Amino acid sequence: MTQSATEEPSHRVSGIGRLLIAVYGVLALAATGRSFVQIASEFEDAPLAYSLSALAAVVYVAATVALIKRSRRWYRIAWITISFELLGVLVVGTLSLVDPALFQHKTVWSVFGQGYGFVPLVLPLLGMWWLRRHPVSVAAGPVITESRA
Amino acid sequence: MIEWFTWLQLAIAVPGGLLCVVLGLAGRKPTDLTMGATALVELLLIVQLAAAIAAPLAGNDATGSLLEFYTYLVSAMLLPVVAGFWALVERSRWSTVILGVTCLSVAVMVYRMNQIWNVQGS
Repeated sequence: MTQSATEEPSHRVSGIGRLLIAVYGVLALAATGRSFVQIASEFEDAPLAYSLSALAAVVYVAATVALIKRSRRWYRIAWITISFELLGVLVVGTLSLVDPALFQHKTVWSVFGQGYGFVPLVLPLLGMWWLRRHPVSVAAGPVITESRA
Repeated sequence: MIEWFTWLQLAIAVPGGLLCVVLGLAGRKPTDLTMGATALVELLLIVQLAAAIAAPLAGNDATGSLLEFYTYLVSAMLLPVVAGFWALVERSRWSTVILGVTCLSVAVMVYRMNQIWNVQGS
């Protein structure tokens, strides 16, 4: 399994990064699906919570795309979106515990993403770890530093 | 949605998913076995779709939101297809793990669909 070292530097990501992208994709789909249902059927009930759900969904989709596209610009977008997710899950997670009345309607981030098996809490950390280990160089395109594929 | 069929789906998607994750982490590229397991999960979802369309005609109505149910069902049906194409393009161990993660995600979604159809009373 040494194919990644010889691959031409492309937009495709090698190794465990693919798994990360896949999980991000699933979460993006789940968040999009839920927010679609919430907004289509009961938006008036909780415009704030449901707008937040929609925003979270958009950010997850953006993060997924940013992880796939390995250019400098998308690398920065990946950092921004993933940081935003971590901030979101920490702030909304804490608020939903401290003041449950504020978030009676579920969002992806309620109780630190409990409804999604805490994946929304763990995933940004994994994403940041991966981004740190696979920086995009300043001069040229992506640096292939994958050691094990 | 027929309840026993849901449990059959879970009985295939969960062990199938775990098998793919284990084989993938062990370094196996996608094989007929792991691709087959994912294809079976997809096939059962298609049968579930047909059952969900037919069930209300037989008096088996959903107790929860149909919109939510079908959003889950359509999303779930997309996953094995995407993962399967991925596995065909990228023949690496991680593609096998992704097949497994997909099957397990489908299992969670099917479980949730069952709650919407059979349990949730709204």
